Amino acid sequence: MEGFLELFGEYDVVGAFWVNIQLTFWAALWSLVLGTILAVMRISPIASLRWFGTAYVNIFRNTPLTIIMVFGTLALWSQLQVNLSGDFQLNFFRLAVLSLSVYHAAFVCEAIRSGVNTVPLGQAEAARSIGLSFLPAAWLIILPQAFRGAVAPLGNVLIALAKNTTVAAVASVAEASGLMKTMIEFRPDLMTQIFLTFALGFVLIVIPIGLLTTWASKKLAVAR
Amino acid sequence: MSQSVLFDAPGPRARRRIMVGNILGTLFILALLALVVYGLAEKGQFDAAKWNPFIEGRTWEYFMLPGLLETLKAAGVAIVTSIVFGLVFGLGRLSSVKAISWVAGLVVEFFRAVPVLLMMIFFYQFLSKSTPVPSSDVPFVAVVLALTLYNGSVIAELVRSGVFGLPKGQREAGLAIGLTRSQSLRIVEVPQALVAMLPALLSQFVVILKDSALGTFIGYTELLGYARRLASGEGNILPALLVTAAIFIILNMILTFAAQRLSRLLGARAGALLKTDEAVDPEGVPAPVR
Repeated sequence: MEGFLELFGEYDVVGAFWVNIQLTFWAALWSLVLGTILAVMRISPIASLRWFGTAYVNIFRNTPLTIIMVFGTLALWSQLQVNLSGDFQLNFFRLAVLSLSVYHAAFVCEAIRSGVNTVPLGQAEAARSIGLSFLPAAWLIILPQAFRGAVAPLGNVLIALAKNTTVAAVASVAEASGLMKTMIEFRPDLMTQIFLTFALGFVLIVIPIGLLTTWASKKLAVAR
Repeated sequence: MSQSVLFDAPGPRARRRIMVGNILGTLFILALLALVVYGLAEKGQFDAAKWNPFIEGRTWEYFMLPGLLETLKAAGVAIVTSIVFGLVFGLGRLSSVKAISWVAGLVVEFFRAVPVLLMMIFFYQFLSKSTPVPSSDVPFVAVVLALTLYNGSVIAELVRSGVFGLPKGQREAGLAIGLTRSQSLRIVEVPQALVAMLPALLSQFVVILKDSALGTFIGYTELLGYARRLASGEGNILPALLVTAAIFIILNMILTFAAQRLSRLLGARAGALLKTDEAVDPEGVPAPVR
């Protein structure tokens, strides 16, 4: 037990989890933006945009995140010399955020689309009858209700995203799973305790997100 | 709500506007593609030397196909073990013995919250330390174990929600003909729940297939691992990753397609049986996240 506590004095576990939380935050923001744009494309009257949205979702939903992450580092950075920052570490952090956002945007798009499905027909008809065309109707009437109906599936995407930030280890971002590996290599005799600590860390991140989104989805649900 | 109700049946003017939008949209997409292609060509990514390996039989014989085989092996074994795990713990959660359902619930909730990669790293290090598993099999076993614990827990939840989705009369009928609570669960309810959850189960296979690529991180050389090996010899990481991604996309789209067909088929057959109070996705199964 003493060696265990000592180990945590030596390694910055909280700092590593903080990196995961930051990855989650930025990737959630960007994937929400990208996913919303894709969702609007997929419900728009313009066939080419619908096609693009569908193609995007089908491609990125079916590609392993690991490949996207490896692509971000080995192809984008090392082959194509794409630099998102002059700072070496910040560059990898941003590449990881980019990979996570591109991947999860496909799921955000599907979540919002399922939210659109909860909006009754009459809302769209009412919007049309007062003279709104597609974009104003989508922006003022449909999407606000769709977002409120999509809170639960969006919460699931957020939980998956929080767990998937560990894959950033592939892009050599110093986050929790990489630190766990180092710590177990240093003290193999304590590996079970170390694993349980890190696992508990993720349980502590994931469960509040779950509780919060469940609460919010009930609170925000449109009474019909 | 289908997409058509968002806008009226277009008249002549709207049709013209939509056509203009369509042309602009097409141009936008083409411009985007052209930008990517031009950028890649500029950096020499379309040189024949980078792509030629993929029309040589050697590449497929020694890299892509063995890699695909390893991926399918890990995913296939993990699918079977996940189903077993899911059934055991799903039934455990439904058990009328409080202690059993509580323990099963704890296990399921725990493994659903822990990232798969974290489990893979731990099992890899755990198994290479102190177990009878031969060291050459350690990465494979670690991949399968981690995939099983996570996906098995998700499947356990599917089993539970499948049984909850059945009409109450099914259990009552079972009890009425003299079955015990657990007999009715085993003989009457779970078989029906399994049929109802088949499409969701198939979608979960997509998740297993995708997550098997994480194995490359702990030294289980599967499709992605072989692709990287090929690329380090040929210096063509970008084409290699694109081809690998394409293989995954094709496999997963086949699975998704099967899930959609199955759900439509079952929807027609067993739809009346199930209480589906949630809005059903017109395209069939809602995709599991991850």
